[in-house]
Amino acid sequence: MSSEELRRRAKHAGGKTASYGDDIDVDNFQVAPRELRAGEDLESLDRDLKDSIINVGVVPDQQERAGSFLLLDNSIVHTSKQVEGLEVMSTQEALKRYDWAKDFVWNAVQVDTDKYTAKTFMEDSDGYFIRVKSGVHVAHPVQAGQVLDSVRSMQNVHNVIIVEEGASMQFISGCTSTHCAKESLHLAASELYVMKGGSLTFTTIHNWASDISARPRTVIKVAEDATFIDNYISLGPIRSIQLYPKVFLDGPRAKANFSSISVAPPGCKLDMGCMAVLGAPETRARIVSRSITTGGEIINRGRLVGLAPMIKAHLECNSLIMADGGISIAIPELEARLPDVEMTHEAAVGKVAQDQVEYLMARGLSEDEAVGIIVRGVLEGGIVGLPDQIRLEVEKAIDQTNIGAL
Amino acid sequence: MLKVEGLNVEVRGKQVLHDIDLDIPEGSTYVLFGPNGSGKSTLLATIMGFSQFEVTSGRIFFRGKDITDAPIDERARLGIGMLMQRPPNIPGVRLRSVLKATSGDGMDVERAAGELNMDSFLERDINVGFSGGELKRSEILQLQAQGPCFLMMDEPESGVDLVSIQVIGKKIRDLIGGIGCGSDGSGTIRSALIITHTGQILDFIEAQKAFVLANGTIQCSGSPDVMFERIRRHGYEECIRCHQRN
Ligand SMILES: Nc1ncnc2c1ncn2[C@@H]1O[C@H](COP(=O)(O)OP(=O)(O)OP(=O)(O)O)[C@@H](O)[C@H]1O
Ligand SMILES: [Mg+2]
Repeated sequence: MSSEELRRRAKHAGGKTASYGDDIDVDNFQVAPRELRAGEDLESLDRDLKDSIINVGVVPDQQERAGSFLLLDNSIVHTSKQVEGLEVMSTQEALKRYDWAKDFVWNAVQVDTDKYTAKTFMEDSDGYFIRVKSGVHVAHPVQAGQVLDSVRSMQNVHNVIIVEEGASMQFISGCTSTHCAKESLHLAASELYVMKGGSLTFTTIHNWASDISARPRTVIKVAEDATFIDNYISLGPIRSIQLYPKVFLDGPRAKANFSSISVAPPGCKLDMGCMAVLGAPETRARIVSRSITTGGEIINRGRLVGLAPMIKAHLECNSLIMADGGISIAIPELEARLPDVEMTHEAAVGKVAQDQVEYLMARGLSEDEAVGIIVRGVLEGGIVGLPDQIRLEVEKAIDQTNIGAL
Repeated sequence: MLKVEGLNVEVRGKQVLHDIDLDIPEGSTYVLFGPNGSGKSTLLATIMGFSQFEVTSGRIFFRGKDITDAPIDERARLGIGMLMQRPPNIPGVRLRSVLKATSGDGMDVERAAGELNMDSFLERDINVGFSGGELKRSEILQLQAQGPCFLMMDEPESGVDLVSIQVIGKKIRDLIGGIGCGSDGSGTIRSALIITHTGQILDFIEAQKAFVLANGTIQCSGSPDVMFERIRRHGYEECIRCHQRN
């Protein structure tokens, strides 16, 4: 699509409210600062900033990380990589460097999805551009931090990941805000491509604050025999988040696996979910979400669309209400366009099972301890099969929420 | 150690236990026989304090303390432990986490699990997909972590194969033969109340007394071996008939 056409569409969608989530007036926020400061050392960042990113799995010493990227407000602070066959740069830089890069920008994500994508386009937003060259297996995870650091500001991010044929990578995306950020907004467009036989594990840890809102927009394209694994974790307070990544399984035998664990403290609105389009024969999709409300509102959407024969897909949603005032809504949807499909869903909303609590109390644990262990189990059950390093990050994050002390 | 007086219990509005009296002194092991559905598990669950079981009258005392209305965890901390006939699944919670939380680091988890051939179950979700025999071994392992001085065991040997029964039989004997309640250093000599249908567990432990529970009432009592033999030959009816005559 020509840039004129993109601009025309973005302009047209400038006022288009999103399908889901409370409407946010983007004009109430000023675009967060964008300074030229790439090349900073993660180790020499402010203490406060360092602590923030560590909490979302981004380690400044880059131990056991194959590459790193850090975005502070709208400034790219750091890009680096430790291994051959991996490229870590900014999206704007990639567009300058590679003629073909434009084919991966505003391709998976439609510019006129809603006013947030339109705004992201209009601001010429920047973000990470990660490429794993064909056949390369990146052993350690690549990490990217996106941090809000200003008042009543808007972060506009445009990310691209390309995993080429037969290549593989684990990616950790840590999104957070410092205590300098107040009443701010995170907008992102992320376009992920997993080519033939490739594999991408994409783990997002969100740790915003009770006055921050977020509207990430993510679309993933998965080719023949390729695998996409998504893990999403949001355990802390946030004012409002709405996300609904869409994965297109375009090639035969492509696979996608989504797991999410989220906690909604009082005053938070989480509108989460995802959609998988099984567009080729023998594709597989699995969506598992585990959520807990301690007083906030959680909506869990899930949509499976079966368009090709011999596909298999499963949707599972398990939500616990831990306190009065908490609201949990599960909306599973299955859509099939032909008979030769196997699509199932399970949804459960409620409180912690009494027989489980009493069983653990009979071993001498207090009621609170018992509930803590069970809730932790529900959450951790949502992320089984994570690569070890990433699982450790998530377990640390769960520890920090003090779930055991609910 | 445990004393039950005039206990009446309802489950979902239906009376299951009638006027139960029981007195189990420190250091003794008692056995409970009785037909299916007679209320044996209900009695144990009521002593443990599970909320489904409502005491409509009567009292339960443990080590001199009235625990009729005490919460479950308080009873457990006082020293009551139970091997459940049908423990619940808890998805996402590993057996190891429960052992760690209950033993308070007072037990070498690897070693204890090894002795019960449960090493490979430590990372499994507790009870989820465990076979009948595996459930029993997991329950015994958890009791070992907890270290109660009053052990209630609901059919510890049912569904256990002939080789494993040697392992769990000896383990149960060691548990009952142990001293003290959990982490408290007192010299309390342990007691037990064991439900069995097959009587196999009696080959491993020394029990002083047996009861037959039928229709929610204790019908008769006597020496465990004699009672077991009588039930094997004549069924429960003879005991029930004698009881009615007296
Ligand atoms: N939760 C419950 N809801 C309804 N009825 C119950 C419940 N628990 C127990 N009962 C009933 O109470 C009676 C006694 O059950 P209990 O489990 O105590 O029997 P039991 O003597 O242990 O039998 P078994 O030898 O088969 O284990 C049975 O009729 C049973 O159906
Ligand atoms: Mg029973």
